[in-house]
Amino acid sequence: MIVDKKVVANIAELAQLEILPENMQEFVDSLTDVLNLVEEMQSVDTNGIEPMSNPLDGVQRLRSDTVTESDQRDYLQEVAPETANGLYLVPKVIE
Amino acid sequence: MHEQSISQMLDALDRKEYSCEELITHHVDRIHQLDEQLNTFITHTAEQAVTRARVLDTARAKGEAPPLAGIPIAHKDIFCTEGVKTSAGSHMLDNFTSPYDATVVEKLQAVGAISLGKTNMDEFAMGSSNENSYYGAVKNPWSETAVPGGSSGGSAAAVAARLCAAATGTDTGGSIRQPASMCGITGLKPTYGRVSRWGMIAYASSLDQAGTLTRSAEDAAILLNVMAGYDPKDSTSLFMDVPDYTQALNKPIDGLRIGVCQEYFGQGLDPDIESGIQLALKMFESAGAVISDVTIPASQHAIPAYYVIAPAEASANLSRYDGVRFGYRCESPADLADLYQRSRNEGFGTEVKQRIMVGSFALSAGYYDAYYRKAQQIRRLIKDDFLAAFKKVDLIIGPTTPTPAFKIGEKSEDQISMYLQDIYTITSNLAGLPAGSFPVGFSQGLPFGVQIIGNYLDEARILNLAHRLQLETDWHKMSPEEFS
Repeated sequence: MIVDKKVVANIAELAQLEILPENMQEFVDSLTDVLNLVEEMQSVDTNGIEPMSNPLDGVQRLRSDTVTESDQRDYLQEVAPETANGLYLVPKVIE
Repeated sequence: MHEQSISQMLDALDRKEYSCEELITHHVDRIHQLDEQLNTFITHTAEQAVTRARVLDTARAKGEAPPLAGIPIAHKDIFCTEGVKTSAGSHMLDNFTSPYDATVVEKLQAVGAISLGKTNMDEFAMGSSNENSYYGAVKNPWSETAVPGGSSGGSAAAVAARLCAAATGTDTGGSIRQPASMCGITGLKPTYGRVSRWGMIAYASSLDQAGTLTRSAEDAAILLNVMAGYDPKDSTSLFMDVPDYTQALNKPIDGLRIGVCQEYFGQGLDPDIESGIQLALKMFESAGAVISDVTIPASQHAIPAYYVIAPAEASANLSRYDGVRFGYRCESPADLADLYQRSRNEGFGTEVKQRIMVGSFALSAGYYDAYYRKAQQIRRLIKDDFLAAFKKVDLIIGPTTPTPAFKIGEKSEDQISMYLQDIYTITSNLAGLPAGSFPVGFSQGLPFGVQIIGNYLDEARILNLAHRLQLETDWHKMSPEEFS
């Protein structure tokens, strides 16, 4: 896998991350280093091995369908950068 | 009083040798005098702590004190604390005051433990040296030029410097055990799911686990009794009974089968650490334990698997920081994309952004199978190796870290060498097994620990063996001269 500026720019867009031109090379190098580090995985024979996402192969417990939370919208929005009438404000999306 | 164990403090409080207020004030004063040089705290809650101590003194006078009333603790700044800044060591959350408490925080508060503040950490728990904090590096109380380890570096250094009796931490790849080893204290990462993750800021959800940084195995047992247990708010927390961990501490270790993990004694291991662990093994053997070799062959792939899985899950978890609902927002965004992208660039530190990039790559179309899925398969191979080993032995022993604490700045420019710090610790995160680090010697004047890994839900047996070690040795009682 060759990592270049184009690859990094593409991933940065997926990750919604601004990368300044002066930092670009640092990200190319870091992604290259980490991908080289993990490359060794490809030599492992994992044919037929079930991927493991939960160490104890846990399952979700069900609960009864009852209301457990009260409305705390105003309280929870106190930490928001900008709100109005219970809505989160962002720059205009539609011109 | 700051050298006392939790049970000694509780006895002294019971006998009225001092009050909760005196105990708390003593520790608050120590923090004020000593923490400037260490930088272990991001936020102090001294005033609230003293107020709470007075309330608990009144309760104690009426015979109504909860079981850990007055014990001075600290929370890693990754646990949400209602009304108190919760930063995760990040500029992104520098302005964030949590509207609710983490379950761990709530449980410890309910039994009367008093938090003195929030401890410093690597940003979003990503790091092994505490140098990746927006609030500056933490210094190791044993040497001001050395790192305390990370990511729970503030918690470990605060406990080692006797600024609090115990602290909470989280361990995704070794973030409790590695700093515990480097600061000469006891660190326990329980089984995945043993302790609720509710209100614990997520890094890699399938690996993250909350645990304890204490000065002894006994103190760890006391805290784990409170922290462990099912929580309906965390769907991955285990719906299982919690034993009394203090009950098993004094069980004889006669006949206990201890496995020595061969892969943990290879190249790069500090010779002093190796001989310290051999000494501990001899001690266990003379106490009746049966020592044999075990092997976890798939552990050689642990670092690659971890550095795919953890960044992948981090990239998903950290997508919530977008400058809209809470946390940092950039100045005058031009449009929505600018708001997201610039807030995230300005709010996150370098290591966090690099891991988000690795994770986003590993999860992107065309690469998922080769990276994330492959790493999850390796994870199962590691688990299977451990299960095979646990058919032959009860506990597995090895070093916690390859070296004692390194110098501040020594590895900060070398990302991969920093990643290799976790070589002995991440296997138990990938497998989800409980593991602890317990002080067992000094190398170049700096402490190090022995790592004890247990089978699923066998924290009691880990603490039993560690307690035995701590009855027969004094490593855990040693404190750095300036902080004694």
